[in-house]
Amino acid sequence: METIGLTFIDWLIILIYFAFVMGIGLYLRKFTTSHEDFFLAGRKNSAWVAGLAFLSANLGALELLGMTGNTFKYGMYVAHFYWIGAIPAMIFLGIYMMPFYYSSKISSIPGYLKLRFDEKTRVLNGIAFAIMTLLVSGINLYAMALVLHTFLGWNWDISMWVSAITVAGYVTLSGLMSAIFTEIIQFFLIWFGLFLVSILGILEIGSLDQILARLPASMNSIWATSGNPANNGMMIHWGGIVLGLGFVLSFGYWTTDFLVVQRAFSAKDLRTARMTPILASFFKMALPFVVILAGLIALALSNDPNSGFKLLQDGGQINYDSALPLLIKRYYPTGLVGLGVTALLAGFMAGQAGNISAFNTVWTYDIYRSVLNRKASDAHLLWMGRVSTIVGVIISLGTAYWAKSFPSIMDYMQAIFSWVNAPLFATMLLGMFVWWITPNGAFWGLVTGMSSSFLLWMGVKFHWFNESIITMSNVQSDMAANFWRAWWAWLLCFAVTIIVSLFTKKRKREELVGLVKGLTEEPKDSHLPLLKRPAFFAVISIIVLVILNILFW
Amino acid sequence: MKPIWYFVGLILLTMGGIIFLSGIYLLIDPPTVKTVLSETHPDIWWGAVMILFGLLLYLKNRKVIIN
Repeated sequence: METIGLTFIDWLIILIYFAFVMGIGLYLRKFTTSHEDFFLAGRKNSAWVAGLAFLSANLGALELLGMTGNTFKYGMYVAHFYWIGAIPAMIFLGIYMMPFYYSSKISSIPGYLKLRFDEKTRVLNGIAFAIMTLLVSGINLYAMALVLHTFLGWNWDISMWVSAITVAGYVTLSGLMSAIFTEIIQFFLIWFGLFLVSILGILEIGSLDQILARLPASMNSIWATSGNPANNGMMIHWGGIVLGLGFVLSFGYWTTDFLVVQRAFSAKDLRTARMTPILASFFKMALPFVVILAGLIALALSNDPNSGFKLLQDGGQINYDSALPLLIKRYYPTGLVGLGVTALLAGFMAGQAGNISAFNTVWTYDIYRSVLNRKASDAHLLWMGRVSTIVGVIISLGTAYWAKSFPSIMDYMQAIFSWVNAPLFATMLLGMFVWWITPNGAFWGLVTGMSSSFLLWMGVKFHWFNESIITMSNVQSDMAANFWRAWWAWLLCFAVTIIVSLFTKKRKREELVGLVKGLTEEPKDSHLPLLKRPAFFAVISIIVLVILNILFW
Repeated sequence: MKPIWYFVGLILLTMGGIIFLSGIYLLIDPPTVKTVLSETHPDIWWGAVMILFGLLLYLKNRKVIIN
C-alpha cells in the first residue's frame, strides 16, 4: 500500500504531543514525593479525573483499530463489547464492590486477596497479573510498530524505542499521576482525532439509516439475529453473549483487572471512588459512535464498488485493522492527518503507560515487599517503583521483539485475558459476598480456573477436541469460543472454590469485617443530594443502556 | 498544581490553532491531490471547534491551583 504521507504540519502536531507528555511528567515530578503519590497518585483525584482515566486505561489504539476492524468483520455485534459487555460490570463495581476495595485501603487487587484470603493467593494472582501485563504491554508495543510501519512507513526499531523511552520517562518521573494525566489527554485526542471520521462518513453516505441500510441483515442489528448463531456475523447465540461476554469476561475485566481499577483507587474519597466507574460508563456507551460507526462506514463503502474504498490484503487475507487508517487517509487533509496519527499514538502510549504503572505497583507491593523485602522503607519502595518501571519497559521491549519474530502471538491477546481475569472474578465475587469461603478454597479455585481456561484453549488450538464442545454449537467464530471458554473457566473456579471451602478451615467472622458483605457497614448516601448519589447515576446509566439496546435491537 | 483540564485546554488550543491555520492556507492554495469531502474544509471548522473547546478549558482553569 502507498503509505499515508505526513507533511511538516502533521509532524509538528505529533512533536507537540511528545513534548507535552514529557513536559507533564517533568512538571508532576516535584509533586511526587511519597510511594503513595507514585503508586496511587496521592489518592486525591476527582470523579471526573479518575473516571476518564479509568475508561482511557482500557482505550488503547490496539482496541480502536481492532474494534473498528472487528466491526467490519462481525458487524454491529461488536457494540456488545461497549454496552452489555461493559456497563453492568462497571455499575456493579461502583455500587457493590468499590466499598470493599476502597475502604480496606489496599494498593492493588492482589492486596485485597491477601487481606481476604492469604499470602499464597495474593502472590499467585500478583505473579499471573505481572506476567500478563508485561506480555500484553510488549504485544501492544509490537502492534504499534506494525501499524506505524504498515500505514506510515516508519522504521520498526525507532517507533518502538522512541515510544517506549517516552513512556518510561514520564512514568518513572511521576508514576500513576503522569499516567493518569496522559490518559486524559489521550481521551480528548481520540475524540477530536477520530470522531471526525464518523461525521465525514455520515456526510458522505447520507445518514446513519443509509449506512445501516447498505449492510446485510446479519450485520446491522445487535440482538435481532442472536437466536440462531448461523444468522449473525459473530456466529454466536445470545446465551454466549450474555453469559460469556456480558457476565464473565466483562465482570472479570472491569471489576478485577488492576489496570483499570487502580484509577478508581486514586480517588479522593469513597463516594468519588464509587462514582469513578459509573461516570466512565456514560463515556464507554458513547464510544461505539467513534469505533463501531467507523467500522460500519468502512463496510458500507467497501460494499459500494463506486466508492473506491477497499481494505488492504496481506497474503490473500483481509487486513481488518486497516479500516480506520484507510478512512483517515480518505477524509483527512494535512494537519488533521497529524491529529489522527497522534490520536492513535496517544492511544498506544497511554495503554503502554497504563500497563507499566499497574505492573510497577503489583511488583513493588505484592511481590517485592510481600516476598523479597518485607521491611522495605517508604523511600525504598518509591525507588523500587521507579526501577521496576524501567525494567518493565525493557521487558516489554524484549516481548515486542519476540512478538515480531512470532507474529501469531497477536491472536492470543483475548485468550490471555480469559486465562487470568475470568477465574479471578469468581474468586472475588465469592470472597466479597460469601463469608465462609476459605483461603484454600480461593487458592485452589483460582489454580483450577486458570489452568482449565489455558487447557481449553490448548485443546482447541492443538485439535485435542472440537471447539463445538465448548460453544455447544456447530457454527462459531473465534470470538464466540473466547466468550464460552471464559464462562467455563469461571464456572469451574466458582465450583471448586465452594467445594474446597466446605472442607477446609474458615477464617473467623471478626477478621473479615470491612472485606465481606454482611460483615461490613454499608455506605449510606441518603443524606446526600440526589445529584451526588452514585446510585442515582447508576440508574440513569442503566436506562441509557436499555434505550441504546432497544434502538439498535 | 495545575489541574489536568488546564493541560487539556492548552494542547487542544495549540493543535486546533495549527489545524485551523493549515486549513486556511489550503483554502487559499488548494492541494493537487484532494481528499473526499475536501470541499467542506473539515480542517477549518474542526480546528475552530478544537480552539473553542481548548480555549474554554484553558481560560476556566488558568488561575486554578489544586492541592
